[in-house]
Amino acid sequence: MTSKTASYTPSIVRRRGAGQVVLTCVMMLFVLVCLLPFVNVIAISLSSKSAILRGAVSFWPVEFSTKAYEAIFKDSTMFTSLWFTVKITVIYTFIAMVLTILMAFPLSMRRLKGRKIFMLFIVFTMYFSGGTIPIYLNVKQLGMLDTQWSLIIPGLISTFNIIILKNFFDGLPYELNEAAYIDGANDYQILLRIYLPLSFSSLATLALFYAVGKWNSFSDALYYISSRSLQPLQLKLYNLIKGGQSIEVTVQEGSANDLGSSISESIESATIIFATLPILLVYPFVQRYFVAGVTMGAVKG
Amino acid sequence: MKDVRRQKSRLKFLLQDWRLYSMMLIPIVWYLVFCYKPMYGLIIAFQKYNIFGGIAGSDYIGFENFRFVFEMRDFSIALVNTLWLNFLDLIFGFPMPIILAIMLNEMRLIKLKKMSQTMLYLPHFLSWVIIGGMVLEIFSPTTGLINATLLKTGLVSGNVPFLTDGHLWRFTYVLVGVWQSMGWGTILYLAAITGLDMNLFEAAQIDGANKLQQIWHVTLPGIRSTIVVLLIMNIGRMMSIGFDRPYIIGNTLVQDYCDVISTFVYRAGIINGQVARATAIGMFQSVVGLVLITIANTVSRMFDEQGIW
Repeated sequence: MTSKTASYTPSIVRRRGAGQVVLTCVMMLFVLVCLLPFVNVIAISLSSKSAILRGAVSFWPVEFSTKAYEAIFKDSTMFTSLWFTVKITVIYTFIAMVLTILMAFPLSMRRLKGRKIFMLFIVFTMYFSGGTIPIYLNVKQLGMLDTQWSLIIPGLISTFNIIILKNFFDGLPYELNEAAYIDGANDYQILLRIYLPLSFSSLATLALFYAVGKWNSFSDALYYISSRSLQPLQLKLYNLIKGGQSIEVTVQEGSANDLGSSISESIESATIIFATLPILLVYPFVQRYFVAGVTMGAVKG
Repeated sequence: MKDVRRQKSRLKFLLQDWRLYSMMLIPIVWYLVFCYKPMYGLIIAFQKYNIFGGIAGSDYIGFENFRFVFEMRDFSIALVNTLWLNFLDLIFGFPMPIILAIMLNEMRLIKLKKMSQTMLYLPHFLSWVIIGGMVLEIFSPTTGLINATLLKTGLVSGNVPFLTDGHLWRFTYVLVGVWQSMGWGTILYLAAITGLDMNLFEAAQIDGANKLQQIWHVTLPGIRSTIVVLLIMNIGRMMSIGFDRPYIIGNTLVQDYCDVISTFVYRAGIINGQVARATAIGMFQSVVGLVLITIANTVSRMFDEQGIW
């Protein structure tokens, strides 16, 4: 009996070992596929224009040059844009969180009359919307066009996030609520003193969802913003890339103006890195919250 | 008598819970103004819209806008492209997260697994503008990473027009989409796999099943309901397509391949000011989308008692 298990186990280990090596190699290939585009763009942003033109840059800077970054740092509009994006992201995330909490808390109170109707009222908007143009006309009618509020208010609440938070609140013991109620606390106090402190990690997750969403949002700025001073980073980057693209097309069609293209390519890359950096810096620390958030949302409510 | 008492208690509830109702006040006003009011605004799809008169000051023309739009060549192109790109996304994008999730689950070196996950999730957090910029550099002719590599290895003799040939553009679009979403898509599957009963694997192992057989006979059947539900929901979203991805990766040279409903609506309504017709397109998309998603929900409920929510 013992000898049988002893001879049985090593073969399993051996087989698993070989499989693990293959598996790990394939997985590393996928990881590289995810990373190499960044490495390439970083390398381009740090290379000289002649090296880029020769197509010599792959994953390591060729003829190292920081000219592209110097160009960005000299451009004060880039920092204006960065600051503006930070500002609207913070304001947006704050207001969105307040409203999300204010909606999710009552919806998770079982005693609330009409809870189902309110739920239907918000869930319906996930399945049907007025669409781009009526929303645009609404923003226009409210006088928000080309103001920072057009980037904050119209897309404020995410129904999905409300449902995630409501599900979380549902999971907290209802007795807490009743006990506090008997002690004379009202609903606002229960929310502030009991529910919010208990749901810190969920709140952090949702705040991150909102913040990343706003940081990355592009179409609302494209629709609503026409002033240069109100361009968030994404729109500014888009205009820069689009400008570069038109140069590239002329080069492709045989014009000799190679210079313009290569300058724009390294500056483009540097701008991409500049705009990605904030995300890359916070990403390793907050990644696990996101994963928790997604699985939280998948739990049936 | 009983009725009166019930009414009284209902009133008491309202009074007692006025704080809860007051909390919801601002969010509900927001929903009314920014979700439901635009739905009311759909009325202009049936009007000869007059910018100065607004909805009240415009004349009704029935389905004239819809008729006009359906006869436009550009609209049918946008509709077909929307369905095409979503279909390709489904074929190539849907299986990837399942494969990756199973692979991740089989990894025994926990640190390496965690690191792989962190890297695989990363593209999901980048905006399409940033991804679009990277795509432009990497796929650019002659100097771009991919074309330069292909030329060096001698696999091709000239440039491969990844972004300027229509069919290749579709390929690039789908490839980039798979790249962006494959890692993030694993999360739900990984959660489903983690929920499986470990005894099943042990039993299979004792019965002499190797790893591949375990995956085929235990893991896959175990997450079948998750796969089916997500597949059906994806099919239900066939009519809707994001704006950023096709708009940013697309360019004028492949207009007939990259123009989809969302970009068409933007161009017609906001750039060219054909407000009523663009609204009609949007409404058509919303209504068909609602019907599809309702069907998908019902069907997925049959497979999985809980549905998605």
